[in-house]
Amino acid sequence: MEARIPHPSDLLALIVLLPLIGAFINGVFGRHMSKRAVAFFGVGSVAATFALSVVAVFRLSALPDQDFLYADLWQWFSSGEVTIELSLLLDHLSAVMLLVVTGVGGIIHIFSLGYMRDDPGFARYFSYLNLFMFSMILLILGKNLLVMFIGWEGVGLCSYLLIGFWFTDMQKAEAGQKAFITNRVGDLAFLIGTFILLFYSWGSLDFVGADGVSGLQSTAQQLANAPNGGVVITLVTLLFFVGATGKSAQIPLYVWLPDAMAGPTPVSALIHAATMVTAGVYMMARLNFMFALSETTMTVVAVIGAMTAFVAATIALVQNDIKKVLAYSTVSQIGFMVVAIGVGSFVGAIFHLMTHAFFKATLFLGSGSVIHGLHHEQDIRKMGGLKKKFPVTRWTFLIACLAIAGIPFFAGFFSKDEILFFAATAHRQGAAPLTIVYIIAALAALMTAFYMFRLYFLTFEGTYRGDKHTWDHAHEEWVMNWPLITLAFLSTVGGFLGLPHFLHAHVLDGWLEPLFGWMYSGGHEHALYVLNHDMGTELALMGVSVVVALVGVGLAWHLYMRGRLPVAPVEAGWHKLLTNKYYVDEFYDLAVIRPLRALARGLYRIVDVKIIDGIFVRGSAQLVSKIGDGLRVLQNGDVQAYATAIVVGLAAVLLLVGALK
Amino acid sequence: MDMATTLANPESSGSILLAALIVLPLLGAILLAFIPKEQTAAHRGIGATISLLVFLLSIPLITGFDSSVGFQPQWAMSLDWIPSIGASFTIGLDGISLWIVVLTTFLTPLILLGAQKAIDQRVREFVISMLVLESAMIGTLVATDLLLFYLFWEMMLIPMYLLIGIWGGKNRLFATIKFVVYTVVGSLLMLVAIIYLYVKTGDSGPASFAFDRVLAVQLDHTEQMWLFAAFALAFCIKVPLFPFHTWLPDAHTEAPTAGSVVLAGILLKMGTYGLLRFAVPLFPEAMGEFSPLILVLSVIGIVYGALVAFAQQDIKKLVAYSSVSHLGFVMLGIVALNHQGLEGAILQMVNHGISTGALFLLVGIIYERRHTREMSDYGGLAASMPVFATIFVIVTLSSIGLPGTNGFAGEFLILSGAFKDALPVGMAGAGSWPMLATVSAIVATTGVVLGAIYMLSMVRRVFFGPVTHEANKRLPDMSIREHLVVGPLIALIFIIGLFPTLFTEPMRASVAPLVRDVRPIVMSVRDPNRLEKRLEAHSEAADPTVPRIATSTPE
Repeated sequence: MEARIPHPSDLLALIVLLPLIGAFINGVFGRHMSKRAVAFFGVGSVAATFALSVVAVFRLSALPDQDFLYADLWQWFSSGEVTIELSLLLDHLSAVMLLVVTGVGGIIHIFSLGYMRDDPGFARYFSYLNLFMFSMILLILGKNLLVMFIGWEGVGLCSYLLIGFWFTDMQKAEAGQKAFITNRVGDLAFLIGTFILLFYSWGSLDFVGADGVSGLQSTAQQLANAPNGGVVITLVTLLFFVGATGKSAQIPLYVWLPDAMAGPTPVSALIHAATMVTAGVYMMARLNFMFALSETTMTVVAVIGAMTAFVAATIALVQNDIKKVLAYSTVSQIGFMVVAIGVGSFVGAIFHLMTHAFFKATLFLGSGSVIHGLHHEQDIRKMGGLKKKFPVTRWTFLIACLAIAGIPFFAGFFSKDEILFFAATAHRQGAAPLTIVYIIAALAALMTAFYMFRLYFLTFEGTYRGDKHTWDHAHEEWVMNWPLITLAFLSTVGGFLGLPHFLHAHVLDGWLEPLFGWMYSGGHEHALYVLNHDMGTELALMGVSVVVALVGVGLAWHLYMRGRLPVAPVEAGWHKLLTNKYYVDEFYDLAVIRPLRALARGLYRIVDVKIIDGIFVRGSAQLVSKIGDGLRVLQNGDVQAYATAIVVGLAAVLLLVGALK
Repeated sequence: MDMATTLANPESSGSILLAALIVLPLLGAILLAFIPKEQTAAHRGIGATISLLVFLLSIPLITGFDSSVGFQPQWAMSLDWIPSIGASFTIGLDGISLWIVVLTTFLTPLILLGAQKAIDQRVREFVISMLVLESAMIGTLVATDLLLFYLFWEMMLIPMYLLIGIWGGKNRLFATIKFVVYTVVGSLLMLVAIIYLYVKTGDSGPASFAFDRVLAVQLDHTEQMWLFAAFALAFCIKVPLFPFHTWLPDAHTEAPTAGSVVLAGILLKMGTYGLLRFAVPLFPEAMGEFSPLILVLSVIGIVYGALVAFAQQDIKKLVAYSSVSHLGFVMLGIVALNHQGLEGAILQMVNHGISTGALFLLVGIIYERRHTREMSDYGGLAASMPVFATIFVIVTLSSIGLPGTNGFAGEFLILSGAFKDALPVGMAGAGSWPMLATVSAIVATTGVVLGAIYMLSMVRRVFFGPVTHEANKRLPDMSIREHLVVGPLIALIFIIGLFPTLFTEPMRASVAPLVRDVRPIVMSVRDPNRLEKRLEAHSEAADPTVPRIATSTPE
């Protein structure tokens, strides 16, 4: 392994710290500050962090190829052989994430100024949002698994706080709690995986060691060469994958994300679409050296990802809440990224993560603009024809729809295509044939194009179906339009960072080479194939993707623009099944939540109250009191008699003890 | 080097600092007895002054603590007490007791300040009880003479009994009797065991209660088993370990806030402290035999406590059952008996004191306003008491172990200790212990999810949703006094969470002899099949530069 030289940089600490300071100021003093001041600290801290991030990434890019920046803050844990530093790492992978998160995050902060302007919890909102930025940046820059875990749980906390932001509504509070607890189930697996790794790595959890060579990567290599080490790797990576299914809303833990839409819409855009939910994908990409070592895990990851992409897309087909459509679309799109991990296209995963951040943020903010302009109307059955009232929103929304549907030259086209290309050719590894994964993913892509354009047509085209009063007051605002335009621009051009491989101009692939390049140099068969394949295959697959996208869009146009389907079809049969999301929530309620509640009650009422207290404690108490009745004669109130008894008793005990030895 | 020699004879002269910490509150209590009971302000003032003084006096314990000194007590002092029977007033401090002593001196002034409004009857008796209790708790933690330890141990009982019995709720009598009977049953057996050990020391010179003399006593297997059982029962009731826990919820619900805080904050730790100080080093073989049982009961406690907490409607009862769960984690760390486990366990004792102490104080704050602890009587409090709600949520996060808070620091160390004994995948010939350790460690980790379930459900029902009761609409938010009481605890939640090493560093040298000398004996009993090679690979002494993973099959 080539040594990677670490360079210290205090800039990283500042990047993490600024949003925390913003959160603190707005959280503690915000209620007594003017909105202008709140906005200054809330947006300013993130803008400054973005600027510093750009500087740091420039500094990184000036370094020789494999080198990276780091900052050791202090020793967090030191016990026995376990030593964990609180330290940060900026390498080529975290750099991409950092720019996406601070960039998109900054834009959404600005959008929020308009969206939340009249909310009494303005300062609290920005405090939470800044706290989220802090946690997310910590997650990204964590130099070891445990620092990543602080951010990992921190973003979960902020998600909980922001979903339940309007806490007087019990349903919203419940949605927040559901998100936190479902995530914790995943975190449990994350933790167990960490503890197992801790055991095998001699108490260090660093991704990269201080010498640039050691760290978890060499632990993984040692394990791979050890007898039974493969089992450990498969076990650990599967545990981390379960962790990812929590945060990144994959089967079976995806159920919290659709409910998470209870939060303010900019939050849905930032946390529940663009950044936090992709943390699981990022984590797996971080641990690529370990995941790639287990064929079993990789297959499981690919299959689960494809299933999630497919299932969520089917549910999105029939939703009538604008945010719910986007929520299931998010679950489905993250499914694509997970497929990418599973088929060994780590670059593809990060690529799609990035383009998805652009177009999904556009879509969510666009829906936010509509919801805000229509006095919190979210039902698309009461929309239609909105392009007259929301021209900027309409055009940006349309661009983002084209991007997500995979229409050529928009961002999503390139990234999704890269994933599909890998999935289609992955069986060449000589491992399990993953053609089925390709087919499922392609079908999901077809549905994506369909439901996105169904959403677009029903919202912006045709005629308005809501009430007149709302229509008259409908409007869009420039503080919200600028963020939309910026993001739509990125959704248009973002894809050119990853042109098809046959052009040999894949910028992202080159940039991430220090992280994932080992697959080429390490002679990874499929990776070599990608380098040297004939351009015909890639072009042919691309052709299929284009057809798939066009068919989806065309079908939506045929059914909804030409009025072949009523806006809200009859709820029966398969449609009912989809509207009710396959009854998965109901199933979890019956299979997990109710039994747990019943068990808790049963343990309390039967074991604690009846058995332990009723039989053992009270039983022995009664026994003692029976004996006490018999001995009452001795209790005559004579103090001297008591003293005698104590002395005699003590002497007896001492004698007895003496006799025993 | 065995531990008896490591633990040098306490010198007859020494620092009076520790003694001052014990004596000062007692003197204060005597002083208060002479002040007319109508002068409640004076009682409160003197109580606060003395407890604050004791806290200030305890600060040199931290700053002057020598982290390199091992099992040897610091600030040791020895006076003749009852020379005729070999009992002496011998005290000292080490890395195991340091933080719990400081926690005691830290919490007492906060408790007195917190009780300013809640306790308005028999103020003098209340302050006296608290001071006597403080003295007894410090004494228990620093005594290195078994008889002295026992004296202080029993001395804690009386003020606690009064705290619940006089200032408690409706069913206080039932709760006190249950509390006292449970505890006394355990400690009487411990007394018998102490006397037995005392007689045994007679084999080598004059009989003595001194801990180092007792440590040198040779005990056969049967003796160890019986003596351990006697000690452990007393301690496990105090912890409380499942199924000896049912006194705790009753005591907590009936106790006034001050009683609950001191009970959860410090008294429970006497159980885990006693195990670590006496039962484990004195009877390592028996510890080995009993480990599987204790391990299973600890893990049951973690899960059971959490589930039963989930079933509660009374906030205080919920917090009480959460203690059963949290103390299960501490026990898990003690059973793991390695650096991470032990340091984590001691840290978690302190953490639990801070977080659960804070929770009881917070519950007291709304109880003073609404005089109910039923969750259904609340709802939507975040709207009327936003600052209180924020602080409550922070403490909740600490209780469920969010990284960055103290709760995570303790749980992380304990669990990484517990996982170290777990089954190394594919190692043939492993005994039943690694299997048990693996299952226990995994089941214990689920406590992380269960904790979130019951705590967040409680937070939601109390603070979120619409305000359903008129009385909750205009509740005053936290007063300055209440901020002063809770503020220091909140600060500690983050300080320990971010800098746990500051707190575990002084423990290391004191824990090391347990890991080095006691652990091998315990391990040889609980896992006889353990191959010598593997023992070496896992033990603390092994060289960390050697990779743990064998790259070739062992010959």
